[in-house]
Amino acid sequence: MDARTVSALASLARWLTDPANWQGSHGIPVRILEHIELSGLSVLVAVAVAMPIALYFGHTGRGGFVAINVANIGRALPSLALLAFGLVIAISLGLGLGFWPTVFALVPLAIPPVLTNAYVAVREVDRDVVDAARGMGLSESQILRSIEVPLGLPLMLSGIRTAAVNVVATATLGALVAGGALGRFIVDGLALQEYDQLMAGALLVALLAIVTEVSFAALERATVPPGMVAIR
Amino acid sequence: MTPGEPLIRWDWLGSHAGEIGQRVGEHLELTLIAVVVGLAIAFVLSVLALRVPRLYPPITWTTGILYTIPSLALFALLVPYTGLSLLTAEIGLVSYTLLILIRNIVAGVRGVPAEVREAARGMGYTDRQILWRVELPLALAVIFAGIRVATITTIGLVTVTALIGQGGMGYFILLGIQLFFSTPLIVGALGSVMLAVLADGGLVLVQRALTPWTHAR
Repeated sequence: MDARTVSALASLARWLTDPANWQGSHGIPVRILEHIELSGLSVLVAVAVAMPIALYFGHTGRGGFVAINVANIGRALPSLALLAFGLVIAISLGLGLGFWPTVFALVPLAIPPVLTNAYVAVREVDRDVVDAARGMGLSESQILRSIEVPLGLPLMLSGIRTAAVNVVATATLGALVAGGALGRFIVDGLALQEYDQLMAGALLVALLAIVTEVSFAALERATVPPGMVAIR
Repeated sequence: MTPGEPLIRWDWLGSHAGEIGQRVGEHLELTLIAVVVGLAIAFVLSVLALRVPRLYPPITWTTGILYTIPSLALFALLVPYTGLSLLTAEIGLVSYTLLILIRNIVAGVRGVPAEVREAARGMGYTDRQILWRVELPLALAVIFAGIRVATITTIGLVTVTALIGQGGMGYFILLGIQLFFSTPLIVGALGSVMLAVLADGGLVLVQRALTPWTHAR
């Protein structure tokens, strides 16, 4: 490692171990909690919106074209553009800066992967199993609840995971519209040319994104129904 | 965004037409460099993964980690080394294309039916000839799907590089946020989405031209 890398890492370590950066309303713990709160709420709203639509489309087999294309449109929406739209909406609704513009940007970002994966998850449940259940006299809502959702759960969770990792990453941009969360360190670090703060913020966000990814992956594995594990 | 202020001030558009054109060019340039360089790197890594299957998991794992790192964080981490430069932006942008491209190239080539490969071998093709004349052409549809996703994603990510002094349409978004002025905000946001849609359409046409056999009936 060259001298510049060493000194950059040293100042990063100094910043991260400085007790002053761990206290108060601008401290690291508060920023992490803000980040989780912002991301968590956005993902929850997205799931609440997307899941009923996906389950209905998936169960009835209707609207497949829409469900698949939502994902492609979603990819074309740049996060910074969503933030711009979120800001315009939040201001015109009188909700101010910071938290709400960011939520408005993150929810549409999270909906496409949740919707598409949940739709595919339900569709991919073996139709023979569903027919057998129907033959045994299960009602449509029972089929959905006790057959399609449990069997499709790992795939649904994988959609929520994609959404969550995206949201955690993008929540960083909230700092641009005066929001809190970990993006604060990056945006302030860039503006003030304080590279220790900048790198610490970047490192913390990257870690949070990876932790999100890994925890959801573990959750996915844990929710595979016992019968499907046996088949694999 | 103050009351009474229209969402779009058309006179601003007129007086900034030249600058908008210039930023569109910058946006396309940043995207093109990222996708072309990304494709070159992804191609080498994919061929490596196809020849030595043991290398595929570590390659996807590494590019997967790169893909997970938030874009702003990655740009920020690079700034102390490469500054607020084009290079910083491109390192980040290229990193994000790799996972998508490698997955699609490898899946595309692996999806080529074994009989086709055997037939080519039987006709005396070498490994290299099989790759270039049989596997890659047949995998082109899947590879193109990857290029489309990578391009759209990159066009969106380019806006974020406005924070490190690049940015194309992202410049207008940032300007709009800083000045609290909705016209550039909407120009930047809509402009970026439109570029993504147009680029995707363009790539579909290129793909059709390159793979005439997929739609000849």
